[in-house]
Amino acid sequence: MLDLNASAQAAAPAELGQSIRGGSGPAFDRKARLRWSNSIFRVACIASAVFVCLVLLCILFLMFRTGVLTFQNVSFREFFFSADWDPENDRYGALIFIFGTVALTLLTLVISVPFSVVIAVFLAEVTPSWLRNILRPVLDLLVGIPSVVYGFLGLTVLIPLLRDLTGNELADGLLAAAIVLTIMVLPTISRISDDAISAVPKKYRDASYALGSNRFQTIVRVVLPAARSGILYAVILGMARAIGETMAVVMVIGNTAQMPSSLFTPTAVLTSNIVMQISSVEFDSTWNYALYLMGFLLLVISLLMIVAVRFLQKRGARES
Amino acid sequence: MSQPSKAAANSFGKRNGRAAALDRIFTGLVWGIGALVILFICGLLFLLLKNGLPKLTWDFLYGLPSEIEEGGGIGPALFNSFYLLFISLVISIPLGMAAGIYLAEFAPDNRLIGLIRICVEGLSSVPSIIFGLFGIALFVEMFQIGLTILGGAVSLAFLNLPVLTRVTEESIRSVPVELKNASFALGSTHLQTIRRVLIPVALSGIVTGICLTAGRAFGESAVIILTAGVTTSGEMWDFNLFSPGETLAVHLWYVQSEAIVPDAQEIAQKATSVLIFVVLLINLVFRVPLWFNSRKTKG
Amino acid sequence: MQALIQIEKLNLFYGAFHALKNVSLEIPQRAITAFIGPSGCGKSTLLRTLNRMNDMIQGTRIEGKIEIGGTDIYSGDVHVETLRKKVGMVFQQPNPFPKSIYDNVAYGPRLHGIRGKKQLDEIVENSLKAAALWDEVKDHLKRSALSLSGGQQQRLCIARALAVEPDILLMDEATSALDPISTLKIEELAQELKDKYTIVMVTHNMHQAARVSHQTVFFLNGEVVEYSDTEKLFSDPSDQRTEDYISGRFG
Repeated sequence: MLDLNASAQAAAPAELGQSIRGGSGPAFDRKARLRWSNSIFRVACIASAVFVCLVLLCILFLMFRTGVLTFQNVSFREFFFSADWDPENDRYGALIFIFGTVALTLLTLVISVPFSVVIAVFLAEVTPSWLRNILRPVLDLLVGIPSVVYGFLGLTVLIPLLRDLTGNELADGLLAAAIVLTIMVLPTISRISDDAISAVPKKYRDASYALGSNRFQTIVRVVLPAARSGILYAVILGMARAIGETMAVVMVIGNTAQMPSSLFTPTAVLTSNIVMQISSVEFDSTWNYALYLMGFLLLVISLLMIVAVRFLQKRGARES
Repeated sequence: MSQPSKAAANSFGKRNGRAAALDRIFTGLVWGIGALVILFICGLLFLLLKNGLPKLTWDFLYGLPSEIEEGGGIGPALFNSFYLLFISLVISIPLGMAAGIYLAEFAPDNRLIGLIRICVEGLSSVPSIIFGLFGIALFVEMFQIGLTILGGAVSLAFLNLPVLTRVTEESIRSVPVELKNASFALGSTHLQTIRRVLIPVALSGIVTGICLTAGRAFGESAVIILTAGVTTSGEMWDFNLFSPGETLAVHLWYVQSEAIVPDAQEIAQKATSVLIFVVLLINLVFRVPLWFNSRKTKG
Repeated sequence: MQALIQIEKLNLFYGAFHALKNVSLEIPQRAITAFIGPSGCGKSTLLRTLNRMNDMIQGTRIEGKIEIGGTDIYSGDVHVETLRKKVGMVFQQPNPFPKSIYDNVAYGPRLHGIRGKKQLDEIVENSLKAAALWDEVKDHLKRSALSLSGGQQQRLCIARALAVEPDILLMDEATSALDPISTLKIEELAQELKDKYTIVMVTHNMHQAARVSHQTVFFLNGEVVEYSDTEKLFSDPSDQRTEDYISGRFG
């Protein structure tokens, strides 16, 4: 009935033993070919992985080598602690931009984290499931909206609005940029926090409800603490995105190298300054080196954040 | 169910007034803020689409941009967007997937691999403007080819690379090990298992990742400004890799902040709506079939 | 009966853990051999060394010899893929691929270079018949394998294993995830298959071993305590520990 039976019946033990040897049988060519393609594929995969690493190392090396040339003409102190940025007159104090980046990031976090956590709780705990099934994909789509669109939104909608509200002549500045960035990072932070909250085991909730606590108490005292490291992870990712964001910020921050005296003073941050000035300078000039050094600074900050994320993930894995 | 005695009913009925009020306030607050913020963001985007989409004409989508007069189109910029996206994906998908497969399948669990994994994660956190600076140093300075489509596409590919690697690794890792065992037990080689079982099963995750990457790359502007410039060659269907390669996202910024055409505002509105529309389309077209597909194989 | 598999002084380590200790064993051709013993005694580990699935677990080290038909399967010139083709395996959890029923069975033959539509059709039909599943699925071969019930899925996995023409079939607690009726079907199937295939099954169910196998091997803490004809082992065990185990005093 089966031709496969025929071979099974015919196979005396010795024949079977012989057939599994590498160099035997008519299928040898095929085996060799398979073995070849297998190892070629493997080597290609290794090469690609190494390539990805090389890209990072090249970036690090190039940014560092170019950036460090700044210190031929500019003292370490001047670059980091002087707020006098006037490259035409050989003054390269980057404090304004460093301050701007730090202030903008903090301000963005202050606005976005509370909203994001509330939205995450809304998604994970409060909404009926049909609404959740609509909102989650919507937020995922929002993550994909280009940053330049958010910048345009800020420029055409938000700034006129702020101008009317405050009565200022100009509304470009830290607050406008922070609001735009908040809109940008909100979907990211809330979706990842949402996942973290949803991943809290049901048994914790059951235990809390069984002890007679209501929803508010359960969420605040049991669920959120249990999802703590996941939420922190989301916040750091959002923060990394805010620090590195360029175009949305460029369009609303005003791009003026001055220390901001209020939230509505045009100023500049590391990224906006790089993108506004890089195309107009010679490659072999101190000005350009200084811009690369700022880039290197950004790079170091974002890599440090990855280290923080790794640390958190390890801790999270230990806790669970 | 038997009728509970009156006293018992009372003691169940007694509620901690303050806690209950807090609970109600909290629920209301979460509903209010959650719904409002999401509605607000969606409303803003809807506004942008509404301002732009009805004014779109084929002439605008297809037409050449104008520096001084009204009525310029976005043809070359739109073409460059797709062209750059295509080249960058052609470069980054094979490399990213191969690296992801290596990490998921071949990599022994030792310190070196930990290093590679940190590199991939590190690269994915590098701000896009750094890739732009890298592109300048590489293509403008080292190879002296100036601001070109090629430089932009390669820089963009570097930006995509870590995301694709991670998505592939995670999707392949999430394939149940039982399926892998089944394939090996039937006498398949590692490559056959990867090609016939792991990748098909992980495909929906990988495609989703590619869509996210493509959407992000389509809307990316900082890298392109630095490496491909803010001008186009001024011709439609210019496949020359060494032409300047301004894309739609860059054009939006350029028109809004640098250009002197009188109808800049309107061009920007229309360009924005096209940008949003295409990004949403990329996501919907590729991901919707997968949703249906996953339902079918589950059923 | 002729011995097909010979195991001599086999030791297996997972890192520092000594999982199999000095195992020596002969497995006869075209018969059913059952491995029994409490959880973690090494019976599944030994099964997985027979088609070298343990190779994929990092830190596994093997000493000693396993010969199939006189060839040491851990020697350098053995082609692992061919070995696994000749030594089929059915797992504890039914694990069909998320493909159609047809593609599941045709997966193996396609791997080994069979492309012809007619030839594949024939193999699929014969394998499904041999696994006693043909009548239930012949009208919807294109349907997803995941739409089958657990017992049907497991028989599909058996059909899939048979489709590559193995000589030996390893069953790793193949019925433990199934309901009693499906279990019975698979046991009947094993009885039919033993005329053509050498079957080695791991089971935690002593009654199953007593019902279907010719030879039974009792494992404890990585050692083979005793192996003999099933009838003898269950009626007249020579080792006290075996007697304790089969009379239900532990495990």
